Amino acid sequence: MPPPWLPDNNYKCFLGQPASVNLLRVIKVNNKRPVNLDLFTIKQPLPAIASILHRISGIIVFAGIALLMYVLDKTLASEEGFVAVQDFLDGAFVKLILWGVLSALVYHLVAGCKHLLMDMGVGETLQGARTGARLVLGISAILIILLGVSIW
Amino acid sequence: MVTQVTSFGRSGLSDWVVQRVSAVILGAYTIFLLFWVASTPDASYEQWTALFSCTAMRIFSLLSLLSLIAHAWIGIWTIATDYLTPMSFGKAATKVRFLFLCACAIVLFVYFIWGIDILWGVK
Repeated sequence: MPPPWLPDNNYKCFLGQPASVNLLRVIKVNNKRPVNLDLFTIKQPLPAIASILHRISGIIVFAGIALLMYVLDKTLASEEGFVAVQDFLDGAFVKLILWGVLSALVYHLVAGCKHLLMDMGVGETLQGARTGARLVLGISAILIILLGVSIW
Repeated sequence: MVTQVTSFGRSGLSDWVVQRVSAVILGAYTIFLLFWVASTPDASYEQWTALFSCTAMRIFSLLSLLSLIAHAWIGIWTIATDYLTPMSFGKAATKVRFLFLCACAIVLFVYFIWGIDILWGVK
C-alpha cells in the first residue's frame, strides 16, 4: 500500500534505504518541481516543533541521567554525601543545570503521554494534532515554571 | 523482510511495543519520585535510604533501570538512523552512525552497571 500522501503510480520503494532517503528519491524521481528540504528555511507548524522538542529533550535526558544518578549515588552512599549533595544543589549554576535536565524530563514525559494517547487513536486528525501540540507545550510550560519555583 | 541489525528487537514492531511499555514504567517511576520529593521537602537521610532499601522499591527501581536502557537505545537508534545518514554524512554515514551508536551503547552499559551498584549499595 502506498502511503496516503502519494498517488498510487508515484510510489516507488528503495529497499534498504532509510525512510528519509526514500522519500527524497520518490520526490526526485516523480516530481519535476523544485524541492526545498532545508528545514531551517521552512516555517514549522506547531506539531513539528512539539515533535522535534520531544527528540531534543530525549537527548538531554539521556545525558542528564548521569547527573541524576550521581545525585542518587552520593545521597544514598552516606549521610555525609547526603548533606554534601544538598550543599552542592544549593549552587546557582547547579540549580540551573538541574532545572534544565528536569525540564527536559517533564517535557519528554508530557509529550510521551500525547504519543500514547495518539497510539490509542485520540487526536489523530490535523486539528487534533494542532490541539495536542498546543496542550503539550502549554502543560509542560506550566509544569516547568512550577518546577523552577520549587527548586528556588 | 529487511531486519536492522542495530535495532533493539530486530523488528520495528517489537521496538514499538518495548518503547511504549518502557515509557509507561519510566513515567510511573518519574511521577512517583517527583511526588515523593515534593511531598517530603525536609526528608532525612534515614527516610531517603528507607525508601530505596525496601524490596518493592528495589524491584521498581531495577525495572525502571532496565526500561531506561531499552527506551534510550530505541530512541537513540531512531534519531541516529534518521539524521546520521548519507544525506548528511555522504559515504562516511555508516561509519559515523556505527561509532555514535557504539559510544551510546557504552554510556548505557555504564548507566546499567552504575545503577545496579547504587541500588545494591543501599543498606
